[in-house]
Amino acid sequence: MEAIQDYRQVSFFRGLSGFDWVYAALLAAGSVYAFNLYGGYMDAYEKGILFLIAALLVGLGWFWKPVRILLPVVALLALFGVNQYHGELARAGQAFWLKYLFASQSAIMWMSALFVMATGGYWLGMALRSDFVNRVSAAITWSATAMGLIGLLVRWYESYLIGADVGHIPISNLYEVFILFSILTALLYLYYEQYYANRQLGAFVLPVISAAVAFLLWYAFGRDAQHIQPLVPALQSYWMKLHVPANFVGYGAFALAAMVGLAYLFKSKGLLANRLPELAVLDDVMYKAIAIGFAFFTIATILGAMWAAEAWGGYWSWDPKETWALIVWLNYAAWLHIRLVKGLRGAMLAWWAVVGLVVTVFAFLGVNMFLSGLHSYGTL
Amino acid sequence: MQAPRTPFLRAVYELFSSMRFAISLLTLLAIASVIGTVLKQSEPYSNYIIELGPFWFKIFAVLGLYDVYHTGWFLGILVFLVLSTSFCIYRQTPLMLREIRSFREHATETSLRGFAHRAELAAGIAPATALQRLTGYLAGQGYRYRTRIEGEAQPALIAAKAGSYTRLGYLLTHGAIVIICVGGLIDGNVPLKVEEMLGYKKVETRDLASSQVPAISRLSPANLSFRGSVSIPEGGAADIIYLNVADGYLVQDLPFQIHLKKFRIAHYATGQPKSFESDIVITDPDSKKGFEGTVSVNHPIVYRGVAIYQAGFGDGGSRLALNGWNLFSPVARPFPFKGEVNQASRLANGQTQYSVEVTDFKAFNVQDTGEGDDNEAAPTQDFWQGAKRALGDAASSAPKKRAHNVGPSFQYKIRDAQGQAREYHSFMLPLLLEGRRYLVSGVREAPNEPFRYLRFPADENGAIDGYMRLRAALFDKALHPEIARRFAASATPNAAADQALRAKLTDSTAKLLEIFARGGFDGLAKFIEGSVAKAEQEKAAGAYFKVLERAGFEAYQLSRERAGEKPAPIDEQTALFVRDSLNAVNDSFYYGSPVYFQLDHYDEVLSSGLQLTRSPGKNIVYAGSVLLILGVFVMFYIRERRIWLLVKPGEVLFAMSSNRKTLDFENEFAQHKNNLANLLKG
Ligand code: HEM
Repeated sequence: MEAIQDYRQVSFFRGLSGFDWVYAALLAAGSVYAFNLYGGYMDAYEKGILFLIAALLVGLGWFWKPVRILLPVVALLALFGVNQYHGELARAGQAFWLKYLFASQSAIMWMSALFVMATGGYWLGMALRSDFVNRVSAAITWSATAMGLIGLLVRWYESYLIGADVGHIPISNLYEVFILFSILTALLYLYYEQYYANRQLGAFVLPVISAAVAFLLWYAFGRDAQHIQPLVPALQSYWMKLHVPANFVGYGAFALAAMVGLAYLFKSKGLLANRLPELAVLDDVMYKAIAIGFAFFTIATILGAMWAAEAWGGYWSWDPKETWALIVWLNYAAWLHIRLVKGLRGAMLAWWAVVGLVVTVFAFLGVNMFLSGLHSYGTL
Repeated sequence: MQAPRTPFLRAVYELFSSMRFAISLLTLLAIASVIGTVLKQSEPYSNYIIELGPFWFKIFAVLGLYDVYHTGWFLGILVFLVLSTSFCIYRQTPLMLREIRSFREHATETSLRGFAHRAELAAGIAPATALQRLTGYLAGQGYRYRTRIEGEAQPALIAAKAGSYTRLGYLLTHGAIVIICVGGLIDGNVPLKVEEMLGYKKVETRDLASSQVPAISRLSPANLSFRGSVSIPEGGAADIIYLNVADGYLVQDLPFQIHLKKFRIAHYATGQPKSFESDIVITDPDSKKGFEGTVSVNHPIVYRGVAIYQAGFGDGGSRLALNGWNLFSPVARPFPFKGEVNQASRLANGQTQYSVEVTDFKAFNVQDTGEGDDNEAAPTQDFWQGAKRALGDAASSAPKKRAHNVGPSFQYKIRDAQGQAREYHSFMLPLLLEGRRYLVSGVREAPNEPFRYLRFPADENGAIDGYMRLRAALFDKALHPEIARRFAASATPNAAADQALRAKLTDSTAKLLEIFARGGFDGLAKFIEGSVAKAEQEKAAGAYFKVLERAGFEAYQLSRERAGEKPAPIDEQTALFVRDSLNAVNDSFYYGSPVYFQLDHYDEVLSSGLQLTRSPGKNIVYAGSVLLILGVFVMFYIRERRIWLLVKPGEVLFAMSSNRKTLDFENEFAQHKNNLANLLKG
């Protein structure tokens, strides 16, 4: 007989390992160091955000262990990259490490290439039913994520090299948020891959990231959009640092849910049926992704309202972007009601998740392209 | 809590609290919201008429589609949503509270056997020991439990639960939605809407000075909530704001006065705007004390519950010193003219009277002029070329310097005695176009047309004087013979031999100049049509044009001579200058005004667009928002699970349920089943 104690759930904190604490200590030390270095340039809100983010990253690493490796690697390489600049922007095209790896544009191109490779890899894995190939694809996805994060961090530094007044967090235009979207969607996917111990969904989820990468490349090559631009006055706000990432966790999760919904539809029609996870698993991932997306989208919309109250003089102006955010939100609220209250399952909800992505993409891109409003920053 | 009694109310209550009704409302709200994003809201009504035509304009107007989000029917949907959600809360709350409190320890064996998640576990230990172990196990797993033992003969039941506070999530989220909507409706200013509907307030559509607006269109400082704007020139003050309503406005009197000391725009090195700031002084009759501060984008000032935002800027009456050039007179000197933004001045040209209304002035114009390094080409369609650039190094991260400040510009209307107006847009400094410098002035007949630009070539000093002198010479009939003579002399080098030819050439050139001065190239074309055989016309036009260009060159030299300037070099530059000048003279015939105004110097006065809001509902909305976020996380991430263990001699019936049927629940069930089976082995 086993003792009851053997089954007792250990409390979260007791379950933490030494490595967890080292990780937390590193983050704490890093944020205190950053605070000492740059605290003089920050306002009270930004100081708060610095420590809030550090705490969130500690929590994230404790909750999902691979983050404890990803973050230090990204931090080290980004710092190495920054260090290679010697304060001169021009070195990006001369110094070996910058030119071929860690200058922001190089890192982002690496990210793009790796995501496309990972997509191909997962497809190959599905075709060959090879867990080994899928494992390699997962590793490539991790590397792509790391390169993307390094690219963003170095870009942040580069923006300050252009001019002290130009410097800003790289989540301020379509080019930058597409990078963010790719990274966040990949991380969400990797989390579920590990949680369900199932790598078969990569073939469905990675294409949406590849599509984002394709847009990114077109935007850079065709439209010359990769340049760091100074911020228009409306965007000079600490709210941006909170509102935009929260929004993109939402968008990423909704995209993930839609791709899993697509897999569900394939499987329920008998397509690729024996290469995909069980319907119950697909259904579960879809629900979880929409739940997390909904939660973050709620936060993002509320933060957006608070920002609007400070920038435009009203927390809600029925500006097209706001209105479409509400439509997206209402859509997923209805989805959740149908599933949780009515208990409905199956192809209908999968279809709905797919259509939900169309609505979301319109709110994200279509509004900027086709409708005008305060969010277009056309005037002041 | 009790449901209403009469059948009708009962039915209404059922409908309103049903989820189907709620979902229908959500869908309806989403669809209605789309309308306002597709049709641009709150435009001047004339734009809608142009866009939609008079028939649809009226229908759309009746439906309120020009300001969808403030129509009665849209607010109605919101109110129904609030009602529906409130009823839903009213109906569900007792249930939810019971769910939170209850352990359901009265479940019967039969009902437990009906559970989808159940298992019969063999027990190798006595019921009393089992009871002890099982409760110990549940406690260790974070469950709270209650045991029901009804005598020796009856099996004991353990009813356990965890995470039942997830039900609070329902109350929090749905309560939050009601709270947020109520806050929003307060800020939507329902009382004003009602007053408007009852006719106590009326929207003003005339263009009046704020002090002239009658009381029926004014709102008192005590008004609960408002959001409006006002534009204050530097040095000016305002104690009212305008609220835009439909195709007119209401005037909101403020409880204080705002004085604008200074408005500032800062720019980045690239020319993009970096900040907009207004230094304001608030004078408050109630407190005597003044209040001074700076408002900028993202940094409003809140004074006595009224938030003041930087919303825009414009010209506040800049004073412009202009040079008026008479485009068709032989005079090469301008006349001075004073203009002020938003003011009209008289201008007389012979008997004709004009009014000149300066409408706008901008000291900065950042334009993509294509200037700068040659390798910084404009966005390209060639993908691979773009790829090479984008793949390049960090220099590609630098903002390109394609955008340039091209200097001041101003806009004005010239209105004739009949009230017909043309609008003009001119730049103060020469612009670089296709490698050469021009002073540029645009004209349009109607506000929705694009400007058509006339280019006056700049002389070697970058000034318009060179052109104006040449132009004056071309319009000076008295000079035509001399110009013609010089041209003929240069065309016929041998004076003695070509005597006759030279005289003929002089005559025809003088004639040509006269025709050109009367009607430009068009006049010339008409002349050719009338005097040259059809087959020869094209050739003649070419010849005439050459003559005109060379005569133009002589006119230019002559005009310089008379102004005491040294002669222009005989080169490509000068030739191009003359050609551009002839084109400009020709285009002047289509300029629509006999006068070109050149900006000489200016005294800029800016105005700041401030937005003022009082929104008492804001904190209610924020409070609701916090509850909403809390509720969503509680609802999603606290999982309710219940376990029942019916302990019988030799056997334990294990049943489990959850309000969320997820895989996690399946896994947990499997795990408990396994663990419990082990514990009960003996
Ligand atoms: C703007 C309106 C509404 C929004 C955004 C909204 C949102 C939500 C959300 C996000 C959930 C989460 C699903 C869950 O975790 O259970 C939920 C649950 C629920 N909603 Fe709504 N809701 C709205 C209106 C209503 C109305 C009017 C009703 C009344 C019929 C209603 C009834 C319910 C019920 C019964 C649940 C299930 C609670 C549970 O089982 O824990 N909702 N709602």
